[in-house]
Amino acid sequence: MFKIIRYSFLDILKSKLMLIYTAFFLLIGFGLLNFSSDLHKAIISMMNILLLLVPLISTVFGVMYFYNSREFVELLMCQPIERKDVFLGLYFGVSLSLSISLFVGTLIPFMFYGLSVSGQIFQFFNLMLIGVLLTFIFSILSFLISVYNKDKIKGFGYAILLLLYLSVIYDGMMLMVFVSFSDYPLENVALALSILNPIDLGRIAIVLKLDVAALMGYTGAVFNAFLGSMNGILLSIGSMALWFFVPLFFYVKKINKRDF
Amino acid sequence: MKFFKNSYYLLACCFLFPFYYFSKSIPVCKDCTVKKIETALSLAKNGDVLELFNEKYSEFNLKIDKKITLKGKKNSIIDVKGKGNGILIYSDDVQINTLQINNVKTSYTDDLAGIKLKNVNNCTVKNVTLNNTFFGIYLSKSNNCKLINNVLKAVAKKESSSGNGIHLWYCNQMIIKGNKISGHRDGIYLEFVKNSKIFNNLSKKQIRYGLHFMFSSNNHYQNNRFINNGAGVAVMYSKNIRMNNNVFSENWSKISNGLLLKDITDSKIYKNYFKKNTMGILAEGCNRMLIKNNDFIENGWAIKILGNCYNNRIIYNNFMSNTFEIVTNSSTNNNLFEYNFWNQYSGYDINKDGIGDVPHSPITLFCFLNEKIPESMVLLRSNFVDLLNLTEKITPVLTPESFKDFKPRMKKIQWYNS
Repeated sequence: MFKIIRYSFLDILKSKLMLIYTAFFLLIGFGLLNFSSDLHKAIISMMNILLLLVPLISTVFGVMYFYNSREFVELLMCQPIERKDVFLGLYFGVSLSLSISLFVGTLIPFMFYGLSVSGQIFQFFNLMLIGVLLTFIFSILSFLISVYNKDKIKGFGYAILLLLYLSVIYDGMMLMVFVSFSDYPLENVALALSILNPIDLGRIAIVLKLDVAALMGYTGAVFNAFLGSMNGILLSIGSMALWFFVPLFFYVKKINKRDF
Repeated sequence: MKFFKNSYYLLACCFLFPFYYFSKSIPVCKDCTVKKIETALSLAKNGDVLELFNEKYSEFNLKIDKKITLKGKKNSIIDVKGKGNGILIYSDDVQINTLQINNVKTSYTDDLAGIKLKNVNNCTVKNVTLNNTFFGIYLSKSNNCKLINNVLKAVAKKESSSGNGIHLWYCNQMIIKGNKISGHRDGIYLEFVKNSKIFNNLSKKQIRYGLHFMFSSNNHYQNNRFINNGAGVAVMYSKNIRMNNNVFSENWSKISNGLLLKDITDSKIYKNYFKKNTMGILAEGCNRMLIKNNDFIENGWAIKILGNCYNNRIIYNNFMSNTFEIVTNSSTNNNLFEYNFWNQYSGYDINKDGIGDVPHSPITLFCFLNEKIPESMVLLRSNFVDLLNLTEKITPVLTPESFKDFKPRMKKIQWYNS
């Protein structure tokens, strides 16, 4: 399995797309820091970009890679290698290389502008952690969709729909719930709903860490108190883990059954 | 003749100023003839100076009812040991200079204070350090007193069991200058105080308000710093207040105001600096105020102005990096917003006169929603919300349309030099 991970990892790293992905983050990072040399603000702007782009790129790239490596997979499956190893190898190759381009592309400009001495280093790594987690989650989701759908176009469609749902529609529905039930105390509902969505969870985790929490008044304080507590942290990690392991489980189950 | 004239003057001096001529200094220390401050106070006459040395005096409830000066050195400590008040002043023209007063304990029946002044005029308290006191300096029904360069430190835990740093009640023409106050309930508390000047103070880490005043008109606040207080500064039921060049920063709390204005009329708030407060200014029932040349930076809400505020002018301010710029609960705009710089402004300036050609509406849809449903705060910085704000900006449906700055400035206003 590690051989396959290594192979697909290196294969992706060598591809032009990955270079563009890294270069894009480099550009954004340098651009942001150049406009406002304040690291704190740059991290907030970076967060907005990451939360939009990381799931998008991971999903699209994951689906694309899965369908495009069909021939390679067929070739491998003729060999005496377990199916699980082949497909997990592919998956980890993709998510690792995506994470590394994200990390390198963002770290270099921030280091260049004095991250290591700024005291913002913890916030930055928090952001990176969320970015990496989102990469892993959205890659597995896209792989899962691809493995369930033989038709490329259908797979793409579902993946994009899921992405749209989690990053935009879900928030809209949340807002609708808030508006229609505004006569009731909604704090716990709001917390539960936001913990259930990995993008929202990532966003709130960063927003709370970036000092904005204190500025959000009473509700902000409530959220901060919960998500800063041991229970809150455990629940958030648990939710993220669920988003990763449940699709992974179904993915492995499906590849063992699927007829190629 | 000349000699006669001179001696005449001398004689006149002797008669006119016997008071100063015979005033003497009474040293109080372990090795002096007078060992306790209490005895020295009973011995002293008007105009005498009581001198303290670098020693610890375990005394309390020291009543001063003569026009004397109490002067100490840097480490002259009056340790009350929780037995009562520190010093009680009942006479005019008393001066307290360079002292430390420690350990006045919390009382639920009596306002115990480090220094208490009652019904006096022209008193001065200067360079006094008060550690761990319930109330710090407590004045009532007094005029023309000065509190200068005092340091008040306490470690209040609960609102109900703590006192105020400087507490003024029914006073007139006071000067409070250069004091450093921390860890009380309210840093400076004023009730029914008129014509006073509060300059250059630093009030931080108070449980409730950095500065709190009620029914206190015609006062002037300048160059004060209010940092990290429970709920910033509260100004209530007053008229003709001038607040300028103050710094309000990091006032974070659930009650959430940097500067709370309640029922304030005809006041001027200018050249202040609001940074990282939950709410920069919360105005409730305020009329005819001028809010000019202030900087609002990185606040949660820069200004929340409620519907019962009329004819206020909010002009030439800088709004930068605030999460929300303006919030209101009203659908009409009864106030004037003009010539402000908004860093969320996305308009253009074709004729290059420095003023944007498109009006800026500082109330976003999310801000409006959040005012109604505070829990929607979890959606802050979400892509969906950004999308909503954008559509609302293009075609306003929900947000009050009259709430606009019709002359937004394109560049940050430099008021520092003017």
